[in-house]
Amino acid sequence: MREFGRLYAELDATTSTNRKLEALTSYFRSAPAADAAWAVYFLAGGKPRQAVPTKLLRASAVALAAIDDWLFDACYQAVGDLAETIALILPPPRHTSDLGLARWMHERIAPLRGADPAVVHAALAGFWDELAAGERFLLVKLIGGGFRVGVSKLLVTRALGTLAEVDSKLIAQRLMGWTDGGSLPTAAHFARLTSPKSEDEHAQRGGQPYPFFLAHPLQVAPEKFGEVLGDIGHWQAEWKYDGIRAQLVRRDGQCWLWSRGEELITERFPELATITLPEGCVIDGEVLIWKDAAPASFADLQKRIGRKTISAKLQAELPAVLMAYDLLEYEGKDLRTTPQAMRRQLLEQVVAATSCERLQLAPVLLAASWDALATLRESARQLGVEGMMLKSVEGGYGVGRTRDVGTWWKWKLDPYTVDAVLIYAQVGHGRRASLYTDYTFAVWDTDADGVRRLVPFTKAYSGLTDIEISRIDAIIRKTTIEKFGPVRSVKPSLVFEIGFEGIALSARHKAGVAVRFPRMLRIRDDKPVDQADTLDTLKGLLAGSV
Amino acid sequence: MSDLVVVRKQGLYCVPGQFYIDPWRPVERAVITHAHADHARGGHAHYLAAAAGAGILRARLGAIPLDAIPYGETVTHNGVRISLHPAGHVLGSAQVRLEYGGEVWVASGDYKVEEDGTCAPFEPVRCNTFITESTFGMPIYRWQAQAAIYAEINDWWRSNAAQGRASVLYCYSFGKAQRILHGVDASIGPIICHSAAEPLNKVYREAGVALPETLLVTAVSDKALLKQALVIAPPSAGNTPWIKRFGDYSDAFASGWMLVRGARRRRGVDRGFVLSDHADWPGLMQAIDASGAERVIVTHGQVPIMVRWLQQKGLEAGAFETEYGTEEARDEAPPGTAPANPAADDEQPVIATNTDA
Repeated sequence: MREFGRLYAELDATTSTNRKLEALTSYFRSAPAADAAWAVYFLAGGKPRQAVPTKLLRASAVALAAIDDWLFDACYQAVGDLAETIALILPPPRHTSDLGLARWMHERIAPLRGADPAVVHAALAGFWDELAAGERFLLVKLIGGGFRVGVSKLLVTRALGTLAEVDSKLIAQRLMGWTDGGSLPTAAHFARLTSPKSEDEHAQRGGQPYPFFLAHPLQVAPEKFGEVLGDIGHWQAEWKYDGIRAQLVRRDGQCWLWSRGEELITERFPELATITLPEGCVIDGEVLIWKDAAPASFADLQKRIGRKTISAKLQAELPAVLMAYDLLEYEGKDLRTTPQAMRRQLLEQVVAATSCERLQLAPVLLAASWDALATLRESARQLGVEGMMLKSVEGGYGVGRTRDVGTWWKWKLDPYTVDAVLIYAQVGHGRRASLYTDYTFAVWDTDADGVRRLVPFTKAYSGLTDIEISRIDAIIRKTTIEKFGPVRSVKPSLVFEIGFEGIALSARHKAGVAVRFPRMLRIRDDKPVDQADTLDTLKGLLAGSV
Repeated sequence: MSDLVVVRKQGLYCVPGQFYIDPWRPVERAVITHAHADHARGGHAHYLAAAAGAGILRARLGAIPLDAIPYGETVTHNGVRISLHPAGHVLGSAQVRLEYGGEVWVASGDYKVEEDGTCAPFEPVRCNTFITESTFGMPIYRWQAQAAIYAEINDWWRSNAAQGRASVLYCYSFGKAQRILHGVDASIGPIICHSAAEPLNKVYREAGVALPETLLVTAVSDKALLKQALVIAPPSAGNTPWIKRFGDYSDAFASGWMLVRGARRRRGVDRGFVLSDHADWPGLMQAIDASGAERVIVTHGQVPIMVRWLQQKGLEAGAFETEYGTEEARDEAPPGTAPANPAADDEQPVIATNTDA
């Protein structure tokens, strides 16, 4: 735990990629394989089920610190992180521990799951008394299932690649499925992960998907496309769908559906698991709810994601399709180094041969010029898609958000915007602890008596710089009307331009609408509060939306 | 009997004595606890302060009409017996003891209970009513012994020097800077001080505090030396041409606020060293206990929390609203705005103006 704690501290302290890489490599080089396996699991985003309920963790800490709940709450508000609050509030440790990460996980943390609260409390008291604040923080994160650190999976694969002296892409491939909870990380797993490249690499694959290739946002004006991207003939354009990115894997007579988060979602979409792909075939695409020959709103898709068991009724009401746009494996062969254009040809053949209405082929958008393509993009909103994708026709299928074997660009539609008034603010978490960073916004509505009032319609957290946050934080403190715990209501004085990707009717929201991906685009210092937008304006956007 | 000290719009006011303690507006008569700018302001007609702090006060406020008395010596004003006692915060910092009609009140100013070698250590003063600061008045704030922190700083400096990188340590120029100078291992390399701290170093040395040799950057002709140096600079020196001359340096910030990860990350520095000139939670409790006071009045910091906690413990606790720099100072002033005189800024919560990468 001490070594992993030191690694965490090093990763957390620096923003330099090189220093993170050094820290990771040196940790993996020296850590025992069983500990390293668990470290990989956590660093690659593995989330074990919570071993101890938050309530119990908190109650144990409060009791051991000999303070009251209200005082713990006040501390939590100042710190902005439960695990850190617990780590800081406990009395200093009287003992030390040399136990490695793997033994902590197996011998100490795992038995806590479902144990009697008194047993858990006694165990926690003992553990905490052996650890310094930094390690305590980590322990609570590991127990509570909330571990996170500023390291990309890509960086972890690079460090492991350096260690094993194999291509980091191969590591990424081997790492697929490591974090889905199917099996626990072991020394043997770590040895396999870092072993030299073998002949039967492919055969060991089972139902694992390939690392997803991710797109870069295209942030140039269409007039500049020629300059930046070259001739349009080098690019394959498709719609960008607003669904769940997924790979459908068919091997050994079985089907697996994987989400981009490397979660197995086969059971959530039984109708997709029955698509009869040819043996040894992997399709990359988007899971969509398909109604009246068009994609339904993301809200509909959410109704399906949330359910573990899918009734026949729900399946009939909200039927899913896989919108296929890439072929990664065909006849058992990895196609990722094959150029896009050829993969596309094969994909068309596979989709045609499969002949299943639940497997759709994403159309290639043809345009003679970038201008023509830009015109075509205007119709995206009516079609229920969120923009276009541009894929290099010569390019391979890369690993993660990379550009070395060819590029995917996402060319999204400009967001919807409204000018709204800040009416509530709440303190943030982590880096934004004790700063008011989470805001609720309202638009004007006129009630039956002709009285204008502000109706909240969304929260937004992102889009401001640190300097802007400081400024808004100070204004919030000065214009506070009332405090409700961590929330303050403020005198309406600030107008923000709020951007969002979609809007749908919602019975659960006070304003009657719900927006998707809301964020602050800018502070409208130029706009008085009474000139902010109205609920009617907001609802007017519904028509153009789906 | 009515209260010996009340709050007026000018500051804390001793009613029978007709003078103020650390007033924030110009008054006729002011008793000053210490020379940080939020406590010692210009424009008063008469000043009374501890002799140990006279040099600093004059260095910062100029030729003020100042009566400086040694710690423990009593003067009487309008029948109120006034004496000053070490607060252990910075050079010359004092608690103000007031005695009138058999009643004793002590106003703490800012204080720290751990002895640091750069100023007279905190001395508990028995009283009926104790007016205490509460900057770090939350149980999450518990300091490690300063020796451990200096060891961390030394290791960081040594490792940077070995890699040929300067070690830029941001800290406030009065108090914290001198404490660090006094505490670090000066044999590791040269120490460069920003011009905001250097004049205060001089006053400390004149007061007999042992500080290692410090250089102004302009005095360093051998540029290779910069790569081995510990650089003491105020936070406002970040992102200036002055700091850029050190090239690929490692930076750190020394403050009690660095205990919390979020604050450390907002700062955007490589390291945060948890070193404060204020009492931590156990320190506050220890001081309150040692005062023997049955009544405690809490000022600047975590006021509601401390008041509620002390009331729960059976003390008569209340609050004074002051204008001293604290956590809640953010309610008044836009944070992130660097103070005009960085040296004037005591331990303020850390709001970074730089974006983190």
